[in-house]
Amino acid sequence: MKLFASQRIWERVQRLELPFNRYGLDPFGVSQEHLATFYTALAWFYEHYFDTSVFGIENVPERGRVMLVGNHSGGVALDGALVVASTFLEMEPPRLAQGMAEYFLNRWPVFSQWTNRLGHLTGLPEHALRLLEADRMVVVFPEGSRGTAKLYKDRNSVVRFGSGFMRLAMQARAPIVPFAFVGGGEAIPTIHNSELLGKLTGAPYVPFTPWILPLPRPVDVQVYYGEPMVFEGTGNEADEEIHENVDLVKRQIKALLDFGVERRRAGNLIVPESLPRVKGDDQ
Amino acid sequence: MKVLITGISGPLGRMAAQKLLSDGHKIYGIDRRPWPDAPGKVKMYRADIRKRPAEDVFRTCKPEAVIHMATVTHLTARRTEDRYRINLGGTQAVFDHCHKYGAKHCIFVGRHTYYGAAPDSPMYHTENEPPMAMTTFPELSDLVAADLYAGSALWRFPEMSTTVLRFAYRLGPTRSGTLASFLRGPRVPTVMGFDPLYQFMHEEDVVAAIAAALEARTPGVFNVAGPQPVPLSLVIKVAGRQRIPVPETLFTFALGRFGLPRLPRGAVSHVKYPVVIDSQAFRKATDWTHHYDEVQCMEAFRWA
Repeated sequence: MKLFASQRIWERVQRLELPFNRYGLDPFGVSQEHLATFYTALAWFYEHYFDTSVFGIENVPERGRVMLVGNHSGGVALDGALVVASTFLEMEPPRLAQGMAEYFLNRWPVFSQWTNRLGHLTGLPEHALRLLEADRMVVVFPEGSRGTAKLYKDRNSVVRFGSGFMRLAMQARAPIVPFAFVGGGEAIPTIHNSELLGKLTGAPYVPFTPWILPLPRPVDVQVYYGEPMVFEGTGNEADEEIHENVDLVKRQIKALLDFGVERRRAGNLIVPESLPRVKGDDQ
Repeated sequence: MKVLITGISGPLGRMAAQKLLSDGHKIYGIDRRPWPDAPGKVKMYRADIRKRPAEDVFRTCKPEAVIHMATVTHLTARRTEDRYRINLGGTQAVFDHCHKYGAKHCIFVGRHTYYGAAPDSPMYHTENEPPMAMTTFPELSDLVAADLYAGSALWRFPEMSTTVLRFAYRLGPTRSGTLASFLRGPRVPTVMGFDPLYQFMHEEDVVAAIAAALEARTPGVFNVAGPQPVPLSLVIKVAGRQRIPVPETLFTFALGRFGLPRLPRGAVSHVKYPVVIDSQAFRKATDWTHHYDEVQCMEAFRWA
């Protein structure tokens, strides 16, 4: 039942406010047992392997639909995993953040099973909308695989954002909580992305580090959550209007990221009193 | 109401007939197969729906409503031509007769596998989604075509109400249907590293939904599903079967051997990925709701 799961994590899993059935499964196939096993391993990485600090977690709503939107940092989805860990370990009651998984993951054995049992459904718009309408918390990286493919030298940049997330958030009337993830590039410094190996495995690319495999170094990482941003509308607006909103979110994430990078350069000594906030034209 | 059921001798046909009898309807049935212990009140005709004697039943009985469930799957009709003849030729005949002899309502009993199973297909399909089953599972394409053809009656015969129901798998004490045949043996093969959600409902909920559709007479295409889906591994466990995970490369080879069930090649995608449907529209149209939860279905199947 609670194989490889610590008591503390199991108790937190029990406190997740999701409609689990008698076998600990929710209507999307999220499994309490799988969560407990995964979070037990993830908590060790979060707390001991990496030195993870989280700021602004109070900006993440305790209940109700919400979309966490952030930058990609690091050659594999390390950033996603630690963000998912942060809302589970730092929030009271804990919350399940559901990532939008890359398409190829569902084609791979084992990955398919685990991503689905942990609630990280294939990144289809239909999935995001349905989860939001069920008042879930969805994590989106609008840079997609362009973002994870950043090389070490570009680790603190923000590349082109897709706009699908904005239309979905507006359609579902879900607030967006922007976040910045800092340190992923130091953990997994990508020096080369092999598209050939990607083609062979079905992934968009395979990253290489100076030690070949994309195994992360035990560095300190930070997550900064900004204040929720609400965008009125239906999601059917013209591209121009949508892009303005996307740009505002992107600038907000970039501001949080720059703040975090600056703080990291200064040795992470100062505990920030407030996080930067970008003002939009209509806000 | 005078109700004609095609395919009445199948396990589901029999249950539907009994349910509708108890609701006070007058039941007529057509089937090639016999139903020896049919209730005396059921007027049974041994006929092939594509042949003249079946048309005669329509002509003389003049049913007000017809429930068409005389379709077959690859499990019972292995030859592709047979499936096309029965599923498409039969469906055409049934709708033509409905129109010709003045039926007011025709219900097509279809399947949720219409939507197909693929790595990039969304969970909780809605009725407006296209059928994706043909490419991955050619043995389903005749049923998909029959479903779409039945739906075309909505514009071809506007004077008649046509209801196309896409049911999730059924699971219960009769141990019949696609999912039940997959789970029949003591060992059930799965594809290693994959554990899709399976959505099923109790047989009694299926016939209750047919009765509700008959009552509401709402034209349209509706998904019908009961309780929440659960992973295949759990279905196998609660059904008291042994799960045999087979690497995908050996999966088609292993089927039909070592006491594992026989399945067509295309079925592999349905053992790797889920087909999960959203039945909100049907529930809204009919007030129907399921009475058996997922655990009761699995246990009813196991202890039948």
